[in-house]
Amino acid sequence: MKPITKLAIAALLSGTALSGVQAATHPETGQELAADQTFTYRLLDDVSSFDPQIVEDVDGANVVRDLFEGLMNQDEDGNLVPGVATGYELSDDKMTYTFTLRDNAVWSNGDPVVAGDFVFGWRRAADPATASPYQWFVELMSIENASEVIAGDLAPEELGVSAPDDHTLVVKLTTPLPYFPQMTTHSTTFPAPQKVIEEFGAEWTKPENIVSNGAYVLTEYKPGERIVRERNETYWDNENTILDKTVGLIINDENVALTRYLAGELDRTDVPAGQYPRLKEEYPDEAISFPRLCNYYYTFNLSDSGPEAFKDPMVRKALSLAVDRKIITENVMAGGQPEAYSFTPEAVAGFTPPSSDMVNMTQAERDAKAKELLAEAGYGADNPLSFEMVYNTSEAHEKVAVVLSQMWKQKLGVEATLANMEWKVFLEERGNQNFDLARGAWCGDYNEASTFLDLITTPSGYNDGKFSNAEYDQLITDAKTAEDTTPLYTRAEEIIAEETPVIPIYHYAGVYMMDSDVGNWPVDNVEQNWYSKNLYKLAE
Amino acid sequence: MLAYVARRLLVAVPTILLLVVASFFLMHTAPGGPFTSERPLPPAVLANIQAQYGLDQPLWKQLWDYLYNIVVHFDFGPSFVQKDRSVNDIIAHGFPISLTYGSLSFLAASVVGIALGIAAAIRHNTWIDYIAVSLGIAAQALPNFIMGPILILTFTLWLGILPGGGWNGGQWQYLIMPVIALSTSYMGNIARITRSSMLEIMNSNFIRTARAKGLPTRAIIWRHAMKPTLLPVVSYLGPVFVYVLTGSVFVDMYFSTGGLGASYVSSALTRDYAVLLGVTILYGALTVIVNLLTDLAYAWFDPKIRY
Amino acid sequence: MFGKSEKAAELAADITDFNAIRGRSLFRDAMDRFLRNKAAMASVVVLALIIAFVVFGPLFAQYSNEEIDWTRMGDIKGMGAPSLETGHYFGLDELGRDLFARTIQATQTSLLVGLIGAGMALIVGTAWGVIAGYYGGRLDSFMMRFVDIMLAIPLTLVLILILVIAGRSFVTLFVALGAVSWLTMSRIVRGQTLTLKTREFIEAARAGGVSETGIIFRHILPNLIGVVIVYASLLVPEMILAESFISFLGLGISEPMTSLGRLIAEGAGTMNYGTLWQLLFPLFFYVTIIITMFFIGDGLRDALDPKDR
Repeated sequence: MKPITKLAIAALLSGTALSGVQAATHPETGQELAADQTFTYRLLDDVSSFDPQIVEDVDGANVVRDLFEGLMNQDEDGNLVPGVATGYELSDDKMTYTFTLRDNAVWSNGDPVVAGDFVFGWRRAADPATASPYQWFVELMSIENASEVIAGDLAPEELGVSAPDDHTLVVKLTTPLPYFPQMTTHSTTFPAPQKVIEEFGAEWTKPENIVSNGAYVLTEYKPGERIVRERNETYWDNENTILDKTVGLIINDENVALTRYLAGELDRTDVPAGQYPRLKEEYPDEAISFPRLCNYYYTFNLSDSGPEAFKDPMVRKALSLAVDRKIITENVMAGGQPEAYSFTPEAVAGFTPPSSDMVNMTQAERDAKAKELLAEAGYGADNPLSFEMVYNTSEAHEKVAVVLSQMWKQKLGVEATLANMEWKVFLEERGNQNFDLARGAWCGDYNEASTFLDLITTPSGYNDGKFSNAEYDQLITDAKTAEDTTPLYTRAEEIIAEETPVIPIYHYAGVYMMDSDVGNWPVDNVEQNWYSKNLYKLAE
Repeated sequence: MLAYVARRLLVAVPTILLLVVASFFLMHTAPGGPFTSERPLPPAVLANIQAQYGLDQPLWKQLWDYLYNIVVHFDFGPSFVQKDRSVNDIIAHGFPISLTYGSLSFLAASVVGIALGIAAAIRHNTWIDYIAVSLGIAAQALPNFIMGPILILTFTLWLGILPGGGWNGGQWQYLIMPVIALSTSYMGNIARITRSSMLEIMNSNFIRTARAKGLPTRAIIWRHAMKPTLLPVVSYLGPVFVYVLTGSVFVDMYFSTGGLGASYVSSALTRDYAVLLGVTILYGALTVIVNLLTDLAYAWFDPKIRY
Repeated sequence: MFGKSEKAAELAADITDFNAIRGRSLFRDAMDRFLRNKAAMASVVVLALIIAFVVFGPLFAQYSNEEIDWTRMGDIKGMGAPSLETGHYFGLDELGRDLFARTIQATQTSLLVGLIGAGMALIVGTAWGVIAGYYGGRLDSFMMRFVDIMLAIPLTLVLILILVIAGRSFVTLFVALGAVSWLTMSRIVRGQTLTLKTREFIEAARAGGVSETGIIFRHILPNLIGVVIVYASLLVPEMILAESFISFLGLGISEPMTSLGRLIAEGAGTMNYGTLWQLLFPLFFYVTIIITMFFIGDGLRDALDPKDR
């Protein structure tokens, strides 16, 4: 251990000791803090992994973000703030990033965090032998040689990332990527402790073995029961960390979770669909809802295996018009979800949904127009339109599907048969264009419209409806390098509105019961990347 | 007797082997795989992952490797979904939990059920009988999964005396609700079977003879009627024991106990082949053993049976 | 668990003895005894009422089971309670659909599941058992070894596997339930067949030149009816319970169809949200059906059991 880190630790330890003993107040807001700084929240299920390069689920990423720290972090609004890196420089050709690492960052075993740990972590992520499901993320970051490493054509050492010294990390890209720094907040890019991984192998993430560099360390993991992470005394910013402990309780059933929240066992839980208005009335300070970066839609199968009727844009448009989104957002989900008339959520930074004719009509006008269009397309009482709509088994999806089918049936006389499928079957069937109309949803990987609009381009792997429009594809391609993307994205949304390859239904909202003594929950971070170190518990 | 046990165990091996092979192929016919996800993985990535887990091999080879590792290294492989854990880990963690609350529920159901049944039979056609019968039927007719939310609402939210879930190393506060939820429906059935069996025995000739000899009722019940009464109960209890362990999904789901029941169901849904097979083998073996024990117990209760 | 009830097995032997001695008049006697069993008769009446409800209920329903009441769906707790005025006798479900119509349809499904599930077990189990028992020899030991192996498999697991693989539909559900419930039935039937085979009247029939299939259909099967019916009646509630467990796991039938198990699972989730009727109505029908089936099953068993209690 270097003298400097020892000193730092001593200083940090004394800092914590102080904040632990006194009935502390928050350094900025001056609010009185609770003596017990523990935040307890509900987890739906076990997380996929604690390994930053392996983890693939959102809940798991939230845990890993507390345990490990990457180059950059996000603040409460989703803006970039320094993490292990104090800053970065971009070369003139916009293809080389040079990150400067802070010298007081330490692993929980006392070793300094060096640039080599990032190099190791990134190579590890791309290495086929690691079998990370997020290998594609390294490719998406456009790091030099990423594709070749993943394909196994080059050794992981050839990846375009290097550490000239312990505090400098150089990344070479194959193409300019304006949102590259944003991507370094993703868990795949976190550093990895080489010594520990080599010593323990697959066992390295066990609480007794794991070494991490974040504000917290994993102290307890009881599968199916709880995940506990506690303050990491060696963390460089430990002094400013208020929360001592974060406990994730695994509760599969959302209604049981709500009961346990009401019994005071949890500080945060999800609100079951439809229960928000009632809870808001009873617990105005605790029921919260805020927009999120996700959309919810139904996609038509436009491929050869799809029904003939859906080849006609008038039919698709009619079905979309007849959906009374207000009923779904207010009566079914009822959690403050915004109604969706565009594919990209309004919450996306710098995106303004175009004002289509549909937005401006009343629902009665839309219904009338829908009938008109459908009749024009040749469907009516004598020749009723019928198709099957598939969704994966889930109470909320089922409610939406039932309501949609009833709207179509009662307004247009359309027979939509419901078919729910178990998740894996659903993915398989939808991926193989084995459907008429299928549910879809997407949460943005980053806060920019292309994360959504990319989905329905011709080459997209997620374009299960096989929508293909040359102008649309061109717009999205152009947007990648354009200075001002707004007109391009607006036009792209207009094409979606005209062609209706999908029926946007609503955009997600984060709907929680959150104990009013939880301070600083990042409601304005639409990606909901939260860090325990930014939270605190107020005295009751 | 020993020869009988040996023969049964010998038959068990091919039985379990067959079970593994059948489950293995059934599983692979289910649409989708462990790595089918909302965001389809690029082919190169998928290939890497499948190679890592050996899923790129022909099915027979996968099966052979799987069996080989179990027999030679007692290694059931890694979980495909919970990437930090091996199947051995998952079973080692979950099974003791399932076993603990399962055995306690089994015990509670047997003791209370048998007591209720005997009380009802001895006081045939009195209010004790009626209450016992109604309780037994009500307990059995309620679907056991609605017990979970009812108990949590009552004991955690309204009364505030029990934690709403978790395991905490099996502390008693955490055990009460799972045991009540799991044992009720079996309790009802056991009470019904005990009652009718006891009634039949008490009307049989040898009891009549004992009565005629002037033996006190208590002695008749304990010395003569007990064993034959429990005969049909024992044969019912065997499958119940296995079922209490395998059918405890809802306990794990509602009470966050971390037992194996939830692991099994979720592994089937997420196509976590290794976990699914591992748990199937475990439960298969358990079923075979419990069936054998039941038959042996049967011999003890009924001297006419000889193996 | 499914179909492993030992009650029937236990009295199987008695019934055959009885058959052999007193012949077909057993059924008239049994019928008398059953009619005298108050609990069983009351259950038959209640069950008949439920069936009448399922058959005639739709005539009184003001809404279909899938129609959404748009004006009330926004405030189920306030406006969705059971009421004669609104025509929603049982109130509304979470989505504003008429619970009266849905309960009728669900009851129908659950009864069908019980009857068809038990019926499948009856047909497959009887066929399997009779063939094994009657032809005997290697075929017998092969068929029975197969049953033994199947019995060693935790059947809940098989049920889940079948539903996951085959997707969900009425047919799959029946097949899955039938597939796991015929095993014990086949064992009992085989045992009975073995005993019957050696009886004098079978010998006589064979000597009289009746064909093998003739013997099976005219002499063996009629003598098996008693035990088979008793056992099947005990299976019905087990099938309904099993279906509710499947629904709880989310593997049941598809919307807009529903079953009592599903309605109960939904109602149980929301029971603390002031809409308790969503749980109570389906639960009432469910519990009533299960209890009546118990009593009818017990009644049948007692009626067919020669040892009068």
